[in-house]
Amino acid sequence: MSDTADTKQMAYIAAQAADARVNLEIETEGMTLNIGPQHPATHGTLRIVVRLDGEQVISAEPLMGYMHRGYEKLTEVRTYPQVTTLVNRIDWLGSFANEVPFILAAEQLMEVEAPPRAQWIRTALFEMSRIANVVLFLGDMGVQLGAVTPVFFAFRDREFILNQIEAVTGGRFHPNFDRIGGLKDDLPKGWIDETRGVLKRIRNFCDEIETLVVGNEIFQSRTRNIGVIPADIGLSYGLSGANIRSSGVDWDIRRDGGVGLVHNELDWKVWTHPDGDSFARFWVRLQEVRESCTMIEQILDGIPSGPVMAKVPRIIKVPAGEAYVETENPLGVMGYYVISKGDLTPFRVKIRSASFNNVSITPWLLKGVYVPDVISILASLYFILGDIDR
Amino acid sequence: MSVVLADLAYWQETTIRLVVGLIAVLLPAGTLVYLFLFKMMSFMQSRLGPMEAGPYGSLQLLAEVGKFLQKEDIVPQAADRLIFKLAPFVVLISTFLLILVIPAGPDLWFIDVDTGIFLGLAVSSISVIGILMAGWASSSKYSLLGALRATGQLIAYELPMVLAVVGVIIQAGTLNVQEIVMAQATGEIFGFGGIGNPYVITQFVGFLIFLIAVQAELTQPPFDMPVAESELVTGYLTEYSGLRFLMFFIGEFATAAIFSALAATLFLGGWYVPGLEATDNLFNVIGPIILLGKMLLVAFFIFWFRFTYPRFREDQLQQLAWKVLIPLSLVNIVITGVLKVVF
Amino acid sequence: MRKIKLPGLIKGLGVTFKTLVRTLTKGSHTVQYPHVKESPPPRARGVIALHEENCTACMLCARECPDWCIYIEGHKYKAPPRRPGGKPRKKNALDRFDIDFSLCMFCGICVDVCPFEALFWTPEYEYSELKIADLLHDKTLLSQWMETVPDFEDYEAGSEAKKLTVPQ
Ligand code: SF4
Ligand code: SF4
Repeated sequence: MSDTADTKQMAYIAAQAADARVNLEIETEGMTLNIGPQHPATHGTLRIVVRLDGEQVISAEPLMGYMHRGYEKLTEVRTYPQVTTLVNRIDWLGSFANEVPFILAAEQLMEVEAPPRAQWIRTALFEMSRIANVVLFLGDMGVQLGAVTPVFFAFRDREFILNQIEAVTGGRFHPNFDRIGGLKDDLPKGWIDETRGVLKRIRNFCDEIETLVVGNEIFQSRTRNIGVIPADIGLSYGLSGANIRSSGVDWDIRRDGGVGLVHNELDWKVWTHPDGDSFARFWVRLQEVRESCTMIEQILDGIPSGPVMAKVPRIIKVPAGEAYVETENPLGVMGYYVISKGDLTPFRVKIRSASFNNVSITPWLLKGVYVPDVISILASLYFILGDIDR
Repeated sequence: MSVVLADLAYWQETTIRLVVGLIAVLLPAGTLVYLFLFKMMSFMQSRLGPMEAGPYGSLQLLAEVGKFLQKEDIVPQAADRLIFKLAPFVVLISTFLLILVIPAGPDLWFIDVDTGIFLGLAVSSISVIGILMAGWASSSKYSLLGALRATGQLIAYELPMVLAVVGVIIQAGTLNVQEIVMAQATGEIFGFGGIGNPYVITQFVGFLIFLIAVQAELTQPPFDMPVAESELVTGYLTEYSGLRFLMFFIGEFATAAIFSALAATLFLGGWYVPGLEATDNLFNVIGPIILLGKMLLVAFFIFWFRFTYPRFREDQLQQLAWKVLIPLSLVNIVITGVLKVVF
Repeated sequence: MRKIKLPGLIKGLGVTFKTLVRTLTKGSHTVQYPHVKESPPPRARGVIALHEENCTACMLCARECPDWCIYIEGHKYKAPPRRPGGKPRKKNALDRFDIDFSLCMFCGICVDVCPFEALFWTPEYEYSELKIADLLHDKTLLSQWMETVPDFEDYEAGSEAKKLTVPQ
């Protein structure tokens, strides 16, 4: 190598190095912000690592598992009646709804069917747990956006629903009321009339939320066109429940193939919204609460008489086999895949919980939004930490 | 106060002023916290609020103060200690300076300067420095984001606030706050002088803009992104605890009280009520009470908005300030000026 | 921002104001707890009561409890025969019956599985303790809860369930 070439090359390298240094000095570095695991907006211990440029999100990554309680593994060493009491802690706000698909799967394996009265009451409680769950979302969304009052309304009126659930099952949060082959007990006297009054309150609450939150222009400007999920992207991430219905996908397992529940004998409507933004998700959920009220009213009118428990042996041994049952839970589709080897305990249970899939879309969805919108989008996706980590 | 203090030594006068100033800051702030934050908010949410400490929980505030005093004074390890500790004082100082300009009666004032309102609006922005110091020194990302948001917001809303006041100044023809009150007391609306001329009637647009700007200056919902709890934990307050947090807290509500009092003074006639001669000596006694009443009225609205609305996003807030409020207040000034010249 | 119309914002103010007035005139929805007590429905699962005479120390409840928080010890003894000249009866006596309420998750499985109706739920809820160890309720304490067990409710029309009775 000649001298000239060498100096040229040296000069080139020096120039490159100088450029790089200048770049380093001028370029503003992004900032990494840990939202969670302890953060008011994640209501639980979800951790989202976002890289920020100013207040704009460059990338976001949800890290889950801070609340893993190992229910899938635990079911392998618990008898079937014991499993119901575990799984209703998955989505703790709508706990009765967690028991239903598991019980249905076990019933499928045992080839028993709950008597009609049990099915109707089951459906009523199922919808009531949906109300208890979603009502809190309707209030919580306000808090995430800075309005303090709606959440108190939500807690206030959810209390009435919980009271009704408690009056039947004995548990406000963890009913453990569903049994393989029916229900633990029948309704107490006077419950049906009281529930009618409670439903009126819930409708009233929906109206209040409609004027206080939905009609508020600030709320609309914060949620409209924020976090838009196109239907195909949503489906490819496995979104379900109100999250996908608000993207215009008309899909509800309660209508399209529910087993063991009586939704198909009722007159109701699946709500969808074409926009797919945060506002749509809020709106669809609001309508679903009202729809649930309609359903429960019809159920209260039409509960058939009869026993609430089919003939089931006292010690439950489930014959060998596999079953997968999914239902439309408050947060979305929840399914249990139960494998039995004929023992007292399941051999393996796989739980498909809705929030896990719903949160998985966040890296795609949060790209390019601002920090305040991160919160409103997360709130509108509506996850429950227990439902993500199980 | 000038009358009372006329023949006292300088140190006596200063002490009295200090004590009265402390009372004038803390008492309305306490009233606001109890009446609105504890009680009104609870009632709006179908609950009762604190009920145990004292009758109807009226001593709850003292209990809270006691609690804060007991707490450990934590300074984050990476914090800039001096600035971190200084920040709450800077915020409080701005509050204490602000109260100086508000008269509570014909002879009840701390300082009577000809540029009173100008001084008041100027010192009110000192708190921005305190907030920026707090956010920077905490060495926390949430605090920093909060402080920067606060700075952007306070600067943006300083403008519409000042411009809204300009309408009042034009109409009163003076910068002296005491004279603005007098002008409202003796003024006439198109020849009718029965109730004086509280500028809320003739300067209604200005009043609205002032209220909105005050809401933003106080970082209350719907303009509370700097302390947004669900996003930034509590913004620049995140790392503060104990006494220092209490100081920010007092600062926040004292400022709310004083801004309401300022709004009451500028737009609702201050310590004056129609029916009495404005120079009546009685006003030196009932003036503060009247002012307190009017202040509570204004504060009621501020807190009502606070408990009802969700918050804006940062860019929407800036748009509201620059694209709506500032043009609107400029138009207001022009119209006021034209009318002033015509009549 | 031009979208901002006043009605929505003002209607929202109306909602909060209405609630304010309602709370002032009709009272709040909350209950001032230590002064006013909540009354949970009779089925509420507050605390477990033990009817000692019925318990045979069969251990079913302890075995079925998902987190094994029931501790039972018993022994067998020969009771004097009912009729003179008969054989002495075998009986089970309960030495220890503890439920650790710091572990219990109030699932109700123990009450369900007990074949001799020895366990009952009562809606009592005021038994918090300063020390966690005190939440271990022993036989005597559990038996005392029996006084608070409410009668079972009647069933709603159309039910075929049998109404049970609480032993006195
Ligand atoms: S309620 Fe459940 S957890 Fe509690 S003692 Fe009974 S079986 Fe065990
Ligand atoms: S309480 Fe019932 S199940 Fe438990 S040991 Fe006694 S008799 Fe058996």
